[in-house]
Amino acid sequence: MMSSEEPAIAVTGLRVVRGAREVLHGLSFQVPKGQITGLLGPSGCGKTTLIRSIVGVQVVAGGEVTVLGRPAGSAELRRLIGYSTQNPAIYRDLSVLENLRYFAAVLGAPKTDPARVLAEVGLEGAAHQLGGTLSGGQLSRASLAVSLLGSPRLLTLDEPTVGLDPVLRKELWELFQGLADRGVTILVSSHVMDEAARCQRLVMLRDGEILADDSPSGLRARTGTEDLEQAFLRLIEERQAA
Amino acid sequence: MITLATARRIGGQLRNDPRTIALMVLVPTLIMILLYYVIDNEQAFAQWAPVLLSIFPFLVMFLVTSISTLRERTSGTLERLMASPLRQLDLLLGYGLAFGVAAVLQVTVALAVSLTWLGYEPRGDLWALVLVALLNALLGTALGLLCSAFARSEFQAVQFMPLVMVPQILLGGVIVPREQMATVLEWISNVLPMSYALEAMRLAVIGGDLGGDFWRDIAVVAGCVLLALVLGAATLKRRTP
Repeated sequence: MMSSEEPAIAVTGLRVVRGAREVLHGLSFQVPKGQITGLLGPSGCGKTTLIRSIVGVQVVAGGEVTVLGRPAGSAELRRLIGYSTQNPAIYRDLSVLENLRYFAAVLGAPKTDPARVLAEVGLEGAAHQLGGTLSGGQLSRASLAVSLLGSPRLLTLDEPTVGLDPVLRKELWELFQGLADRGVTILVSSHVMDEAARCQRLVMLRDGEILADDSPSGLRARTGTEDLEQAFLRLIEERQAA
Repeated sequence: MITLATARRIGGQLRNDPRTIALMVLVPTLIMILLYYVIDNEQAFAQWAPVLLSIFPFLVMFLVTSISTLRERTSGTLERLMASPLRQLDLLLGYGLAFGVAAVLQVTVALAVSLTWLGYEPRGDLWALVLVALLNALLGTALGLLCSAFARSEFQAVQFMPLVMVPQILLGGVIVPREQMATVLEWISNVLPMSYALEAMRLAVIGGDLGGDFWRDIAVVAGCVLLALVLGAATLKRRTP
């Protein structure tokens, strides 16, 4: 599949050094368009660094990252990528709506966008609440809402569902699937394996290296287990044995 | 466009925090009043009032700006903005604009109280005095933006205030005339923007014909504001380690 179409993200030999430590050791992989790709791995494995490299805010030591056909960090990409950081990045001393209005103005998004994204993340009730008074789950949804402004073609979400109850998590994954169905490419990181099954493609990361890059079913078949958590463990054992 | 949206956003953050506004606007005025009663001498007060009107806008704007930009860096909103179409100068000018408006408010209240209640009567034109005070506020904003790049926490940011402020006041000719300082100190004094701001304020208050000296001082301070803004923009990197 998708052999003729160019990928949304193409990473070749990506190396990132933070401080004295190399965090990513020459990663290469591709993210297909219009799908949800899950970036999985334990915390500290380099997920956030990888996402930052794709968004173009990470100093990179080597390798190439191409996003939507342009080098990562290009000025034209800044309107095309929605980026939700791991820690909710919104102004605590502004209301949710004031936050959305400001970021919509920065992106040049339509005036109707703040209301639309509020509804999409189910936060209409808290529109006039100050960021600092929101609960953890509301904060991360507000931050997610900002990344949906301006209808980006690529959404990079760093652990967007942390701290949310199962109902909300389900609703958000339905939202992601809906966006993917409309052609939006989604790269979502998580360390919760039960979310992995909702992705069309999985990239498993450990200690700055890719353990697996496959579909969930392909991964299950390869490791001979139904449980993706088990699959992950099995891949680690394989790697250590080799 | 983005600059204006940014200024409006920062204004909104201030509006949602009435206590900070009250502190910003009222503290300089209260200190003026305190100074008036401590000195208890119209003539001596007339010498100190312009000094305070120079220092306060600088001081308050320096603090408020360095802390709010530092928050922007640590809360992740700066990273979000650096991934967006916003240019570095949009952010800096937005801060300058929003806090400039706050400074106008601050100077207006302090001046109004000084001119009425405290019976302060500068011989020079008011506009020159206000111009210098506003320029000082912008200088404080610009230096605050720059210094916030070198602070890792709000705690450190606050510590920059005495470091930036006290030497400039000591060497600015307020306590000892600059010509009477040791040569080395006078050299240092010559490169500190506050020296020119304080001299401009002195000239503005004396009145008479505002000559070339006044406008040279204004140009130097304005140049320092621009320089600090450009250096500040250079510290806002799209890519960080």
